[in-house]
Amino acid sequence: MLIKSHDDLKQLRQKVKAALDQEKMRILVCAGTGCVANGSLKVYAALKRMIEEKGLLTSVELVEEVSHEGIAVNISGCHGFCQMGPLVRFEPSGLLYCKVKEEDAEEIVNTTVLNNGIVERLLYEDPNTGEKIKTQDENPFYKRQERVTLRYCGRIDPDDIYDYIAHRGYRAISKILQEMNPEEVIKEVNDSGLRGRGGGGFPTGRKWSFAASQPGPKKYIICNGDEGDPGAFMDRSVMEGNPHSVLEGMMIAGYAIGANEGYIYARAEYPLAIKRMRKAIADAEAHGLLGNNILGSDFNFKINIKEGAGAFVCGEETALIASIEGERGMPRPRPPFPAVKGLWGCPTIINNVETLANLRYIINNGAGEFKKYGTAGSSGTKTFALAGQVQNTGLVEVPMGVTLREVVFDIGGGLRDGKKYKSVQIGGPSGGCLTEDKLDLPLDYDELMKVGAMIGSGGLVVMGDDTCMVETAKFFMGFVQNESCGKCVPCREGTKQLLALLTKITEGKGTEADLDLLEELAQNVKDGSLCGLGKTAPNPVLTTLRYFRDEYIAHVRDKKCPAGACQALKEYYINPEKCKGCTVCSRVCPAGAITGEKKQPHVINVDLCLKCGACMEKCKFGSIEIR
Amino acid sequence: MENRDIKFLNVQKIIDSHEGKVSHLIGILQEVQSDYGYLPKEVLTYIATSMGISPATVLGVATFYAQFSLIPKGKYVIRVCDGTACHVRGSEPIMMALRKELGINTEKPTTDDLMFTLETVSCLGACGLAPVVVADEEVHGQMTPDGILEIVRKLAPAASEN
Ligand SMILES: Cc1cc2nc3c(=O)[nH]c(=O)nc-3n(C[C@H](O)[C@H](O)[C@H](O)COP(=O)(O)O)c2cc1C
Ligand code: SF4
Ligand code: SF4
Ligand code: SF4
Ligand code: FES
Ligand code: FES
Repeated sequence: MLIKSHDDLKQLRQKVKAALDQEKMRILVCAGTGCVANGSLKVYAALKRMIEEKGLLTSVELVEEVSHEGIAVNISGCHGFCQMGPLVRFEPSGLLYCKVKEEDAEEIVNTTVLNNGIVERLLYEDPNTGEKIKTQDENPFYKRQERVTLRYCGRIDPDDIYDYIAHRGYRAISKILQEMNPEEVIKEVNDSGLRGRGGGGFPTGRKWSFAASQPGPKKYIICNGDEGDPGAFMDRSVMEGNPHSVLEGMMIAGYAIGANEGYIYARAEYPLAIKRMRKAIADAEAHGLLGNNILGSDFNFKINIKEGAGAFVCGEETALIASIEGERGMPRPRPPFPAVKGLWGCPTIINNVETLANLRYIINNGAGEFKKYGTAGSSGTKTFALAGQVQNTGLVEVPMGVTLREVVFDIGGGLRDGKKYKSVQIGGPSGGCLTEDKLDLPLDYDELMKVGAMIGSGGLVVMGDDTCMVETAKFFMGFVQNESCGKCVPCREGTKQLLALLTKITEGKGTEADLDLLEELAQNVKDGSLCGLGKTAPNPVLTTLRYFRDEYIAHVRDKKCPAGACQALKEYYINPEKCKGCTVCSRVCPAGAITGEKKQPHVINVDLCLKCGACMEKCKFGSIEIR
Repeated sequence: MENRDIKFLNVQKIIDSHEGKVSHLIGILQEVQSDYGYLPKEVLTYIATSMGISPATVLGVATFYAQFSLIPKGKYVIRVCDGTACHVRGSEPIMMALRKELGINTEKPTTDDLMFTLETVSCLGACGLAPVVVADEEVHGQMTPDGILEIVRKLAPAASEN
């Protein structure tokens, strides 16, 4: 079906909305990567089959006439609470079931769908209070969140363009094509204070105006879906959960700067995101929402997908451009900036997925509404990927300016397994590690900059007291050393030396002089590197040196790892006084390193031991210790 | 030449479907790799000749990106995520257990019988389920050292049947 005009779009929206209104109940089964990995598609199939058998299923095709009040069963993108997946949510009640299995489908249908009852055992149990939580809104994980970018992510079927349209989809592009000229669009975005969500936090409107003032006719919009930061999955969730919002964002950006072609650069590790984006593009094309004379206007826009091939540096703008051009993804010196001379020498704007997904909200609701969220310098909301040693891991969207404490403790529920808070690693390999006394810092681009960290793309990895900060610094250095493109010496050689120094320290072979050397070298790499990778690579080293110096000292002076994490400095042993000889440990040991008779104290053969810690985790009597 | 063309017929088809565009080199290599399982040297040379670019360019691209492999991989690829979230939740012990079980190491990531290849990846975007392992294309969350060995042992007999 072609949507040839603004009226067509409006009529279609009314029609699909009317169909949606017929739904008495909507059951949303999460089909994000996490939940799919836990078997959510089977849950979906089972629920759908059973409801269909009862003759209650509403037509899946929203545009077909719906004759009765029925129940819809939909897949959706990530609801955010991945760790408790597969998640099943009911609308309009907001009832949320966690860890749902295929076998649960029957009970769900009988109890909840047919009788409005609740299957208690599928409710989320607050680990801190033991309370069973019924609805999503009451869940502490969701309570403090404010969903703007992710509003429809987890609520609509990402594979169904009509579902998007029913939820005001493509209305923003329709609005600007009718009412706004490009300058007005840029002004609105400028007024909203939107800053790029890809890491740097550069004002989006300002960036656009550089490209807009360049002569045409050929310009490009690139959507940066590389998401190379380990520990981050916001962009993936948006692409999987609401792909059309990314397309609409690209169209808005394209209209604003005068581009008629766009590229989505997505990492190859994200097959599901790529599949959903491809489907969204095909559907938008089939409906005339991409292509020539969009909605009867003279605006033409086309979108291509380029799959990355696994190189962190390709997230950097100039490297990304080189990669799309088919070359090795090596950064080029700037200026010229891509906004002036980018893809194939044409003015190009590169925006992050989340930045683009925010645009429809700004256009639909106005800059003022957007600015109601956030702080003076950082407006709007930000999605964070909360992971690591925290009770509730998942995708979290909060207004800018909330504190780390709120995110880690109120939303994240504090640390898991009774661990003590040690630090949060924020901003990935370009960011820093923040100590307890920084927990009340508002999450805001400029505030974090002040303490040597950055919001980056939004990865938040919580670390407990059993995480060694020297090892963590080494981990990040290993990552960037591996990912350095090798073009400039300070980055290529410097990161290698930094890694060697850190390795030496974690092996208990470092000296205090090494710490000074580390600091000096880190500064040199920062100053001498060409692109952001090298310039920020030393950040984890510098922040850990700054905030956890005593831990470094313990490694070099006492040859000890206070966290008991550094492999070379630890040894597992079984305390014979405590060991009950239950044999559990010897059964889980992957190395066969534990021997002992039943009911007799066991022993670990240190030569065989891989130091994997599996035994310690399993021993119910706390008999296994690290020395 | 005739023989050679037949031998690389599929490669040529892939190149043709991209209209031989140099800007599509990465995509071409991706498709060729999924065809062969890896990128054999002679195929790279063929691609260069057919596309009229230097073998060094093709090799340069093929070695730059982590996704490409110039050596054959095992029938089952085990990818252990070692991103930050997985790292702090214990991906290293998982790798150690696998290396020991399969008798492989970082220099030699593939077993001699070409059954398993062990790779690390830096984040699969499922960090909420850390530590994450992808074994034979299937994503497993909240993995443990003994858990992964169980999976590997299940894959291995299945492999010997066919
Ligand atoms: C080494 C490096 C890696 C980067 N990786 C990403 C990435 O994965 N995704 C992203 O959106 N931006 C990444 N960036 C930032 C981008 O270069 C760019 O600033 C951003 O995509 C601009 O979009 P925004 O203004 O909407 O944030 C990276 C930068 C550097 C230096
Ligand atoms: S700083 Fe590192 S990644 Fe960036 S261009 Fe230089 S060598 Fe390459
Ligand atoms: S699990 Fe603990 S108690 Fe049981 S044999 Fe091992 S060390 Fe002893
Ligand atoms: S740490 Fe791992 S390898 Fe060592 S004894 Fe315990 S289970 Fe076995
Ligand atoms: S993937 Fe289902 S909640 Fe995130
Ligand atoms: S860090 Fe392992 S999935 Fe993200």
